[in-house]
Amino acid sequence: MKLDSRVPSGPIEQAWEKARFDMKLVNPANKRKFNVIVVGSGLGGGAAAASLGELGYNVKCFCFQDSPRRAHSIAAQGGINAAKNYQNDGDSIYRLFYDTVKGGDFRAREYNVYRLAQNSVSIIDQCVAQGVPFAREYGGLLANRSFGGAQVSRTFYARGQTGQQLLLGAYQALEAQIDAGRVTMYPRTEMLDLVVIDGKARGIITRNLVTGKIESHVADAVILATGGYGNVFYLSTNAKGSNCTAIWRAHKRGAAFANPCFTQIHPTCIPVSGDYQSKLTLMSESLRNDGRIWVPKEKGDKRTPSQIPEGERDYYLERRYPSFGNLVPRDVASRAAKAVCDEGRGVGETGLGVYLDFAESIRRLGRSTIEERYGNLFEMYERITGENPYETPMRIYPAIHYTMGGLWVDYQLMSTIPGLFVLGEANFSDHGANRLGASALMQGLSDGYFVIPYTLGNYLASNKLSKVDTGAPEFQAVAAEVEQGVQKLLSIKGKRTVASFHRELGKIIWDYCGMARNAEGLKHAIGRVRELRHEFWTNVNVPGSGDDLNQQLEGAGRVADFFELGELMCLDALERNESCGGHFREEYQTDEGEALRDDENFQYVAAWEYKGPDTPPELHKEPLEFEYVHPAQRSYK
Amino acid sequence: MNLTLHVWRQAKASAPGRMERYEAKDVSPDMSFLEMLDVVNEKLIADGKTPITFEHDCREGICGSCGFMINGVAHGPKSGTTVCQLHMRSFKDGDELYLEPWRAKAFPVLKDLMVDRNAFDRIIAAGGYITARTGSAPDGNAIPVPKASSDQAMDAAACIGCGACVAACPNASAALFSGAKISHLGLLPQGQAERERRALRMVAQVKAEQFGNCTNIGECEAVCPKHIPLAVIARMNRDYLKASWKDRGAVKQDESA
Ligand code: FES
Repeated sequence: MKLDSRVPSGPIEQAWEKARFDMKLVNPANKRKFNVIVVGSGLGGGAAAASLGELGYNVKCFCFQDSPRRAHSIAAQGGINAAKNYQNDGDSIYRLFYDTVKGGDFRAREYNVYRLAQNSVSIIDQCVAQGVPFAREYGGLLANRSFGGAQVSRTFYARGQTGQQLLLGAYQALEAQIDAGRVTMYPRTEMLDLVVIDGKARGIITRNLVTGKIESHVADAVILATGGYGNVFYLSTNAKGSNCTAIWRAHKRGAAFANPCFTQIHPTCIPVSGDYQSKLTLMSESLRNDGRIWVPKEKGDKRTPSQIPEGERDYYLERRYPSFGNLVPRDVASRAAKAVCDEGRGVGETGLGVYLDFAESIRRLGRSTIEERYGNLFEMYERITGENPYETPMRIYPAIHYTMGGLWVDYQLMSTIPGLFVLGEANFSDHGANRLGASALMQGLSDGYFVIPYTLGNYLASNKLSKVDTGAPEFQAVAAEVEQGVQKLLSIKGKRTVASFHRELGKIIWDYCGMARNAEGLKHAIGRVRELRHEFWTNVNVPGSGDDLNQQLEGAGRVADFFELGELMCLDALERNESCGGHFREEYQTDEGEALRDDENFQYVAAWEYKGPDTPPELHKEPLEFEYVHPAQRSYK
Repeated sequence: MNLTLHVWRQAKASAPGRMERYEAKDVSPDMSFLEMLDVVNEKLIADGKTPITFEHDCREGICGSCGFMINGVAHGPKSGTTVCQLHMRSFKDGDELYLEPWRAKAFPVLKDLMVDRNAFDRIIAAGGYITARTGSAPDGNAIPVPKASSDQAMDAAACIGCGACVAACPNASAALFSGAKISHLGLLPQGQAERERRALRMVAQVKAEQFGNCTNIGECEAVCPKHIPLAVIARMNRDYLKASWKDRGAVKQDESA
């Protein structure tokens, strides 16, 4: 396997324009002759399917939900970054680029990030034109707010529902194309495998989730925009259905998987309350602007927060990071919370929680100001926990929120399988080892609206594709494998439910490949994951049949893939003997407990090649070069 | 606490359904309603029975996947709350709960508590968008939008498309849903060019999907987890009437549909 990033040469500012000029074009009249498959209908997939439909391609779009509008992009709260500099506060494309490369702890490709920053500007224009109701100032102009990791106000938002509104914009554009007959939508349809013919991606095998029918779909190119793999941890802020199956099966067909160990933990989530817990809920990062984080100074202090006097509280972020205090970046805040809980000073029934206290802000600003700023979040907190955060501090704990790793793609967003493109969170490309807030939405839309329409055309125009139909032996073979896979899961008839396996797998990954990792723990985890996977394949109980709507069967297939990906995550984390961004190896830290990067040895993208079920995967390295932003140690003291 | 559930079980669209009784034991008040059902399902699986099918995804009240009737109320007893955000502390020991799918001709049951809501997608496809070909947009600040319009548009745009409005309406009308989209887009300057066409086409599609007529009962607003106001229906009616007046041909076409 050869990794060719296809990064254009020359100055970064003109790189994307030059690349576009160098691309081959598909004649408008010929576009309808090309069949394109888009899997996933979130910001990346929805935007891509709509835009490609507008261009005249013949598009088929697939999602496992009942409607493309349900994709998990919908749950993003905070906002979307764009280098508009509407505030005249010194923002620029270069600054957004710089912040993103630095925020990613120097593990992203500079040219990709620069293009992302450039496209951010057009995204806002596009979304406004579609009718996305962004927040406005009284004068009628677009409003902005600031977000972590930036010193300028460049985040556009639609109340606390930015993801929802951007997704509905893309969804509506997609529905318009469906109505125009340019896109055919396949809801409640899950991609279960990729078909590669003559080394090129030529289609997918799907399962109709209502009838159970296994179907083959032929295309000239396949685009995956299926989101991240945070649900490998079982408990995450992802939607329950979010899964890695599409990217993992593509990986097994030859697409390299990059930086799987780069996962992001969000510091402010509502803590786990019991074994039945099915997901975690995020409380917006903005709360840290006015809330103070603390735990008792004493271990095992069981008093209620109001009984603990000021002098016996440890405001540990303010103590450890006097200049950034409660506003340190996500990875730093998360690790600090873990550290105090590991010392036995965590709060709440489980001891896995810290207080986020608004008492002082309420005294200083008045309850009404706090209500105006965070009312909806306080309400949501109360709905879930039954506690009133105006009266008692919130309890929060870090949770998995986003995965920076994903399928390896080149500058044109093509994977190591020609004709297979990967967009949004499903690829690895733009966030390095840590993503800044309000950048996920930006990347999904940049990839979908403004990158793939060009790069797909380039691929189609520069390759002569043979004629293929579903009768091809390759389609027959993969469809038969998928069918066997389904039957195998149903035939085990063991004793344990799918959820019980998933929960246990998630716990292993969380304990050993979560907020802090070390070599010994990772090796142990790899062994445990293998054992558990073996047990899964001999003792899982999947009730029902394959030719019916069967949610347990759907879940079983996804968990089976999480097992394999989980193992690769641990392996990748073990291989990367440094700490960077969300990847914290306990052996590699400064005397003060901060992450210690090793640029000399690890300034590369780790791209893993699948080698078969019982053969270890092969590591390929794409060296990263930093011509514009010079790697430096991040400090928030 | 312990609860008794009566759940609608239906194997597939074409099969008959019936209520089945289940006991939910040792329910923690901190559980969400769907987590309570997860626990019931784990037990059903262990006992070799078929688990209850219900739709869900985000479990944080935003994707619009979840929803069924609890004792005759869409999304259950708590106002402004989807069933995935409803917690068991809203119930008490010994409660008896009746769970049924959304009931509407346009929402056929697929299995148990899961229905097919694709009619909503087709209503949006008919006109619930602003045509803005990718790449053709002017600068985001080129057209100022008064804050009040933008805020009102956002109120309407908050709809999550769950279908509770239809389920709660005795006529199974989709007026709140379609009115929300027509209002959202119609309140913005960008939405003006297609405003009339949008109203005509969306209303025609609503009829084609066999949703009932709105008779101003207001149940929809009461159960809407996002508090979409009834005013959106008035806006839709106004846009529709205005557009029909201008384009009588379209009305005729629409009536024959
Ligand atoms: S599951 Fe998403 S709104 Fe309830």
